Amino acid sequence: MEFTAVVAAVSFVAGLLGSLTGLGGGVVLVPLLTLIFRVDIRYAIGASLVSVIATSSGAAAAYVKEGFSNIRIGMFLEIATTFGALCGAFLATRIPTSSLAMIFGAMLLYSAFLSRKPRPQAQRNLPPDPLATRLRMNGSFPDLGGPRSYNVQRVPTGFSLMFGAGALSGLLGIGSGAVKVLAMDQAMRIPFKVSTTTSNFMIGVTAAASAGVYLSRGYVDPGLAMPVMLGVLAGSLLGTRILFKAETNSLRLVFSVVILVLGLQMLYKGFWGKI
Amino acid sequence: MPVARVPVPQPEPLEPCPLQPQPWDDRRMELILGNLLRSGVLLSAAVVLWGGCIYLSRHGHEKASYRVFVGEPSEFCTIPGVIHSVLNGRGRGLIQLGLLLLIATPIARVAFSMVGFALERDRMYVVFTLIVLAVLLYSLLGSGIGL
Repeated sequence: MEFTAVVAAVSFVAGLLGSLTGLGGGVVLVPLLTLIFRVDIRYAIGASLVSVIATSSGAAAAYVKEGFSNIRIGMFLEIATTFGALCGAFLATRIPTSSLAMIFGAMLLYSAFLSRKPRPQAQRNLPPDPLATRLRMNGSFPDLGGPRSYNVQRVPTGFSLMFGAGALSGLLGIGSGAVKVLAMDQAMRIPFKVSTTTSNFMIGVTAAASAGVYLSRGYVDPGLAMPVMLGVLAGSLLGTRILFKAETNSLRLVFSVVILVLGLQMLYKGFWGKI
Repeated sequence: MPVARVPVPQPEPLEPCPLQPQPWDDRRMELILGNLLRSGVLLSAAVVLWGGCIYLSRHGHEKASYRVFVGEPSEFCTIPGVIHSVLNGRGRGLIQLGLLLLIATPIARVAFSMVGFALERDRMYVVFTLIVLAVLLYSLLGSGIGL
């Protein structure tokens, strides 16, 4: 009972901070469960994965109303992420847990680095890319001075990177927002708000592609997944409500330091085979 | 006060792509999809919570340990197993049922987008959506969960 309550409370805080900082709650959940609660990393990944589906789907309705997401970009890239997620999930059942922990650690360090980097420059007047035009990906979104249109760039690069994002998501049970930034913001030059909301749409589908594998392999324990999923969901829903009132810059700094520390610990413990 | 001479870069409006379908249809589709996702999540969270209450009222006093990975018994790993344990009134079976509903939510979203693209007569995207749906169904049924 106490264990369930404490896990639910920690998940709530992770979901709240994840949504306030935009870094996602799943990325700290697995290290917290493994390092502090001594949960086997496979159970932790299974619980984290289902909570990722819950938060992304729960937030989608709120994002959709703002009119930023682009379902065509999302659907096309989901081909890459779902294939990737399936491969990642099968890989996860075969590689040793210490390697999983080290990959997770590296991923956390990269996320911490990325969260301190300034956003890529907003794109202005890029020429239409023939492939993106054929795929009908170019669109527009509401901006201060009326609707602003954008032209998507480098579709093949973005597509391959999204395969990697899907594989990481399936391997580690996270939303892998960090790789998404690389693919959608930097390679495809999709405007920040469009890429954030569209990727949120995609994360649930990507996670669902690997969740079946995890569930059937017995990685999803009901006693653990229940407090994690409910806690993260409640935290992130509250986070999206207070997002516009809160000062998030200092929060982002604190959260990225937490991610950095957790990443180093995961690397260390994974390297010495303690996970 | 000197007038600012710095030329403000005026974003030239890009020509709308002629192939672009009516934004109205996509917009409406997105709204329906968003609501579909939210209802699916709320429903599954309610089922998980319900199952959680039953589980904790029966096993709350036991000490939980997840240090060693043993995997789950088959009644919590397959769809028929989960349904069987729900019918037996088991809390953990209900939690797994809620999680299965959660996994089904984005899959339902993909299936619904396919209908939307078909209504817009966008064959290319109907095919893309079919591919995604096939991968999702393969993962769910091909991984042995349906057995």
